[in-house]
Amino acid sequence: MGLATFLIQCLNSLQYGLLLFLVASGLTLIFGIMGVINLAHGSFYMIGAYMAFALSPIVASTFGGSFFTVLTVGLVLAVLLGYVLEWAFYSYLYEREHLQQVLMTYGLILVFEELRSLLVGDDVHGVKVPDLLAGLLPLGELMTYPVYRLFISAVCIALALGMLFVFTRTRLGMMIRAGSTGTAQREMVQSLGIDIKFLYRVVFAAGVAIAALAGMVAAPVSSVYPGMGSSVLIICFVVVVIGGIGSIRGALVAALLIGFVDTFGKVLMPQVAGVLVYVLMALILLWKPDGLFKAG
Amino acid sequence: MSSADVLLRGHELTRRWGGLVALNKVSLALERGTLHAVIGTNGAGKSTLINILAGEVPPSDGLVELLGQDVTAWSQPRRARAGLGRSYQRNTIFPTFSVLENCRLAAQARTPKPWHWWQSAAHCAASVPAAEEAATRAGLQALLGRTAGVLSHGQKRQLEIAMCLATAPEVLLLDEPLAGMGAEETERMLALLTSLKARHAILLVEHDMDAVFRVADRITVMVNGAVIASGAPEAIRSSAEVQAAYLGEH
Amino acid sequence: MKLTLSSKAIFVLAAFGVLAAYPLFAGKFGIDLVNKIMVFAVFALSLELLVGGTGLVCFGQAAFFGIGAYATVLLSAQADAPSVGWLLPAATGAAALYALGVGALSLRTKGVYFIMVTLAFAQMAYYVVHDTPLGGGTDGIYLTAKPVLGAFIDLNKPLVLYAFTLATLAAVFVFLAVLSRSRFGRALAGIRVNEQRMRATGFSTYPYKLAAFTVSGGIAGIAGFLFAVKDGFVNPELMSWHFSGSVLIMIILGGIGHLRGALVGAFAFALLQELFQSEALFGSFAKHWQLGLGLAIIASVALLPRGLVGLPAQWKERLVGRASRRAETAEVNP
Repeated sequence: MGLATFLIQCLNSLQYGLLLFLVASGLTLIFGIMGVINLAHGSFYMIGAYMAFALSPIVASTFGGSFFTVLTVGLVLAVLLGYVLEWAFYSYLYEREHLQQVLMTYGLILVFEELRSLLVGDDVHGVKVPDLLAGLLPLGELMTYPVYRLFISAVCIALALGMLFVFTRTRLGMMIRAGSTGTAQREMVQSLGIDIKFLYRVVFAAGVAIAALAGMVAAPVSSVYPGMGSSVLIICFVVVVIGGIGSIRGALVAALLIGFVDTFGKVLMPQVAGVLVYVLMALILLWKPDGLFKAG
Repeated sequence: MSSADVLLRGHELTRRWGGLVALNKVSLALERGTLHAVIGTNGAGKSTLINILAGEVPPSDGLVELLGQDVTAWSQPRRARAGLGRSYQRNTIFPTFSVLENCRLAAQARTPKPWHWWQSAAHCAASVPAAEEAATRAGLQALLGRTAGVLSHGQKRQLEIAMCLATAPEVLLLDEPLAGMGAEETERMLALLTSLKARHAILLVEHDMDAVFRVADRITVMVNGAVIASGAPEAIRSSAEVQAAYLGEH
Repeated sequence: MKLTLSSKAIFVLAAFGVLAAYPLFAGKFGIDLVNKIMVFAVFALSLELLVGGTGLVCFGQAAFFGIGAYATVLLSAQADAPSVGWLLPAATGAAALYALGVGALSLRTKGVYFIMVTLAFAQMAYYVVHDTPLGGGTDGIYLTAKPVLGAFIDLNKPLVLYAFTLATLAAVFVFLAVLSRSRFGRALAGIRVNEQRMRATGFSTYPYKLAAFTVSGGIAGIAGFLFAVKDGFVNPELMSWHFSGSVLIMIILGGIGHLRGALVGAFAFALLQELFQSEALFGSFAKHWQLGLGLAIIASVALLPRGLVGLPAQWKERLVGRASRRAETAEVNP
């Protein structure tokens, strides 16, 4: 493998890992703070991607829009969706046992998949890379790297930093960390006058929005297809298991690890590439059954 | 008191959680035929002590000896099978099983025989008599068929002890067995504890001071994870340090 | 679980009686369908041992089913007329072996982790048969010869296969019922209710859970064998996590904690699928049957906490509640 190819694969690994981190962070947050295991989280990613596809023509005719307008509109819709979903459905899951949460959110996946099938159909679609970002960055003499992929990584990093800022520097972040799972803590936070219901709704909406945004941003490179929600969900589970549930730091480390193992695996050992990630998980479980990091 | 009588010994047990020292070089010895009470304010480390002795939490330093053997590295089930029984502060009975089944399952730990899958557990020749005996010793002989979940709080605490006895332990670690009990139930439990003293070594963690001074042969006082006094009840009662640190608050 | 000749036992005996008599008045399609449902019932029973019996929520049961099915097809290719006598144990053993490996690692985790890890390991098995030539890839593989047992049991014949499946289902049911009353089964029940208490009492819980996991995997492998023999064809979708989800739904729909819940759930789930896929009822919308199924799943988990077998108890409580309230008012207003 030449240096340029190696560099390209490293950049690809980084981009894939960061995207995974974004989706997985929502999953681990929702579990860490509200105690809900949400199988439908992958569906939000899919919804984001399909929004990018479906909204482009609409936004183009209404706003003469650019890709960024699509992103903004999609983000707003995703926040609304998350808000409504939490109020109508997820708020009833908090006190239930895990098996019930698993099955009810599994039922929700089926509902989302069929609604998508009804509204947009089952075809595979592409989303055009916006002209502004369609350039190629030269690497060395022969190879180039798509600017858009760098853009994806940049968006993920920006969001990650944003989350870090909110958690560590804002009052909202403090309240979120204080209200983390545990009925005792929840009651304590409530007695301090903080509206825990509203807090949870905000956190959930944010989780949905982040996953949807990841889907929107990834759409031009990964294409938009029916099974994309399921595949990203299961990999996110592996991220959370390796990283440690409730730990954002763990999700980042695990996502990057998986990004590299998967990307280089596909290049070096294509036959077994699909299995590598799980082998990695098995090895880490042997060593650390609770994941690499503790919650927080 | 010869060391042959010492059934359980904790030697300089220490437990650190990050920067916090929950237990600081705590030593104690339990002798057969005695009831050794551990008292202290909330957060004094009593629960940590029991958890370390029972094997639920490993110590950061120090050693645990059961019946003369170093069991510091032993898992909780292994210690339990070697004769270390414990009861919990909150009820850990099996609410959907009958009183007899609760005790029988506990007794089964001694004679697990898991391979005989075709034999019905309800007719197990080893665990059923042991369960009946344990339930009787705890005063529950009239309630064997009752579902554990519908028992009164006091009866549940009795069942908690019965399950402990069903494993035929040498040492009993009892964590606040009197919690939430009324006067009459407390009397019954104290009579039970006194009757158990003869055959076992008992460690009792309790908040009810009157009860403690009535049944204990030896009292250890803990404050902030360390032992500040240990000795006969009269000595503890008259100790100025103990009164200042602990008894004076009551 | 006490086995008294109660309404429960009568229900089970009646159910098996109906199943035995069914071929007498059913057509080819009906026999085929009920045969398939019985296979799923065996699959559901395997999961009930884990979830209802031991409290372990496994989201990867389809892997063991699939391995049993694939082993059946791959090993039967070795002989012209493979005998059930070694093929069934081999398929069961293969599934149990994978369960042993997965269990050894997964049981080091707890709670939500366990659910996710079992799902991941099932996905790993899926990718092995999907991506590598080992399992024939996405096309799947065909069973070359249906197995026989001696001169009388030729599983090529649908009625013989039906009887064999029914007998296997009954045998598995009886085995699990006996197991649940045994010392091993009672220990599993204790672990389900309060594992910490069991450890404090002296039970090393890990070996018990691993044994339950392995036995459960083996039984799922038996179901896989039955499926492979019936359909004569296996493909990677047998290991899909959707299938793992479906079997979880079966047992929660039927009622967790009761063996007959697995039976009821398998039939109820199959009927629900047939219902929503029925073009007679839904016309062209029937191709979106998963929407109805998804909503039905959500509704049944929310409204039927004890499943279908728990309905009589739920109704009784409602009636008793109403009657006692009426009695109270009668006392107040004589």
